[in-house]
Amino acid sequence: MIQLRMPSSLPRIAAVAASIALLASCSDAKNQTPAAKTDSAAPAMSMSMSPVKIPAGAVFTEADVRFMQGMIAHHAQAIYMSRLASGHGANAHLLKFAQKIDQSQIVEIRLMQAWLRRNGQDAPDTSSWHSMQMPGMLTADQLKQLDAAKGPEFDRQFLVLMIQHHNGALKMVTDLFATPQAAQDVDVSVFANDVQTVQTAEIGTMQQMLGNL
Amino acid sequence: MGTARRLGTLAALLTIASIPALAQTYPTGNDPRNGLKAGMYDAGTAAEGMRLVSFSKKPAEFDSVRGLTFINSDIAFRDHYVYQGNFAGFTIWDVKNPSKPEIAAVVPCITSQGDPSIVGHLLFISAEGNGNRNDCGKGGVQSPTDHMAGLRIYDVSNPRAPKLVKNVQSCKGSHTHTVIPSPTDKGVVFVYLSGSQPARPATELAGCNNGTDPTDVNNSLYRLDIIKVPLAHPENAEVVGGARIFTGLDAAPTSTARREAQANRGAGRGGRGGRGGRGARGGDSAQVATQGAARPDPRQPTGPRNCHDVTAYPAMHLLAGACASYGLLVDISNPEKPVRLDARSDTNFSLWHTAVFSNDGSKVVFTDEWGGGTGPMCQATSMLEMGGNTTLTISKDKKFTQHSYFKIPSAQTAQENCVSHNGGLVPVPGRDIMVQGWYQGGVDVIDFTNPDHPYEIAFFDRGPADAPPAPGDTANAAISRGRGTIGGSWGAYYWNGLVYSSELARGFDIYELQPTDKLSANELAAAKLVKFVEYNPQSQPKIVWPAAFPVVRSYLDQLVRDNGLASDRTAAIGKALDAAEKQSGAARAAALNKLAGDVEKDVKGAKDSAKVKTMAAEIRRLAAASK
Repeated sequence: MIQLRMPSSLPRIAAVAASIALLASCSDAKNQTPAAKTDSAAPAMSMSMSPVKIPAGAVFTEADVRFMQGMIAHHAQAIYMSRLASGHGANAHLLKFAQKIDQSQIVEIRLMQAWLRRNGQDAPDTSSWHSMQMPGMLTADQLKQLDAAKGPEFDRQFLVLMIQHHNGALKMVTDLFATPQAAQDVDVSVFANDVQTVQTAEIGTMQQMLGNL
Repeated sequence: MGTARRLGTLAALLTIASIPALAQTYPTGNDPRNGLKAGMYDAGTAAEGMRLVSFSKKPAEFDSVRGLTFINSDIAFRDHYVYQGNFAGFTIWDVKNPSKPEIAAVVPCITSQGDPSIVGHLLFISAEGNGNRNDCGKGGVQSPTDHMAGLRIYDVSNPRAPKLVKNVQSCKGSHTHTVIPSPTDKGVVFVYLSGSQPARPATELAGCNNGTDPTDVNNSLYRLDIIKVPLAHPENAEVVGGARIFTGLDAAPTSTARREAQANRGAGRGGRGGRGGRGARGGDSAQVATQGAARPDPRQPTGPRNCHDVTAYPAMHLLAGACASYGLLVDISNPEKPVRLDARSDTNFSLWHTAVFSNDGSKVVFTDEWGGGTGPMCQATSMLEMGGNTTLTISKDKKFTQHSYFKIPSAQTAQENCVSHNGGLVPVPGRDIMVQGWYQGGVDVIDFTNPDHPYEIAFFDRGPADAPPAPGDTANAAISRGRGTIGGSWGAYYWNGLVYSSELARGFDIYELQPTDKLSANELAAAKLVKFVEYNPQSQPKIVWPAAFPVVRSYLDQLVRDNGLASDRTAAIGKALDAAEKQSGAARAAALNKLAGDVEKDVKGAKDSAKVKTMAAEIRRLAAASK
């Protein structure tokens, strides 16, 4: 469905292994100790991500690069979820909301990819959600559960899970802004603020839609 | 429009307003804006009802494309200078000769997003983001004490040598700002700061506090910071408080979601325009809320905590706030204690972005910056009901009614970031007309006199800055060849006879409107009679037309265009006006008074009696001015 492709096709390792191996490089820029955290909700990166190299004079940091890479995967899963709506008997209001998420986030993925490429960093493609686990992203079980639901039950599951998903995006933004020196790059800063504003409002909308089911 | 109103008793019972229907479609292939050649400086152009007077490239200091780092932002006007913000500083253009603007000054200073306002000899520049430094330098903020977020104040007494007077620090910084003159002290202006950033930690700026409770008066998050600037002593400018205009807004989207479900149930699919199969709108499966339906506990407030942009209309003591998921109407009689009068949410709006009032204050156009301004949201596949304008009317008791949507009737390419953006009024008497930038969607002139039927009356559009990827291009190759350029018109404004537009990537455009069947030479001549020494679009000035023949003839042209008065009468009135103009002094006044008397008799029985009445009054005013 989504046509974007990343040229590099490095072997993909299981998410669990990746999370252990690369935890430090992507989850917690303040703490560079590899075994710093074992929180199961900690973000995981695919093995296909190269180590981040920050060019001299750049104002962006590793946290910015990992944020943009991780948010691609995060958005890609939201798009996958949104595209389930039409085949799962979603109501008209939800279908439209899902279409908005789809159209909004696909262009943001292109924006993030363009930023990463322009700055010489690996740019994940839209399949990256299979191998990267960012805050709020659905587990394999939750995905199965969503895919198995139809009609009003799909609507309910979609809203509950998408609220969880959006809350994860807000956490990613909060974590980014809490990282010293991060989000000084103007593209990252503007984008992160947009994510915060728009997804906060969308959570409100979804809570209302859920109440109206 | 009509369909969404047929909601019957259920809607009436719930006192639910109708959701505007969409009567618009993208053109199918013969729009002159389709298929324009791409290019940074040699892009193809299409225009209707306006011509390019001059294009000026960005100054060398900002002539680089790297995402948003060097893009131009908004503009402000004073004397014969245009102040153009940039994410890396600002440019002052001398436009004494509009066909050849000259650079008066370029001030490099990393300051996103650099929106400017000019008040007398003081230039205000918005600073948001984490990378702006007190010393304007590159390389990012190394220590929190170097961080500048708030409002930079420059002395531009000499526009060729601006001097930084003060960096006013604020908790959330300033994405945009709005100047509101003190109603009681001519020597003071207030500046409202808008933006979306969280508050800085108290360790960086004392007193800042990121609370999650909108009702907590000590939190810095749910407010617009207000700066008071003593104009004679700008070095004493400081934050004096906050506009807490969001309190209680958290729950309101219910009404919209429910209202929309209702509208869809009642309206079915008819009349909502768009192209078949694109929208998921309509249908009747949306459920109406049942009493006692389980709702999740709110994890955090989901209402707005700031505005993207607010437009003040000081002459009316009103402010329209475009605040994330809401459009607000605010009383600013006391600028230090603003009071929210009404709020409107709409799930068809992604991000309420900016606002323009009609001159009489009875309408306001809000824009939706869906996609944040960097996304190509005007493609043929893009949702038509999002990323455009909506027109609201304001009742006498200061409540909103939402009427219609408008999106440029042109499908743009995937290479063109496009969404509705900033604009201002074109001062044509008898009509509500605005000019507006749509990023790479170009500059558009829109009539919103009838709030239910806004329509385009002129446009100028360039092809995309970047060529589309060649067949077989990898994404990386496309990025390195094209540059993912973010460009187009940030804002387009009518000022003293011409339209000025800030082009993000390319530079600075000046346009002239041209007469067409949708906008007459007389209407344009009347607009040119309106002069403002100083113009900050987000602080909207009241337009007053002098008594003049083009003003009367504007009304006459409008009556002819819309069949508002019988054609034999409009022809006779036109002849009488010509004859009166050839006379002078008392003779002219007498002729005009006689004509006014005749026109007053036309009021009754005219299709547009209100306009005929206004025209008669304008003729009397002109008579009085002729003596």
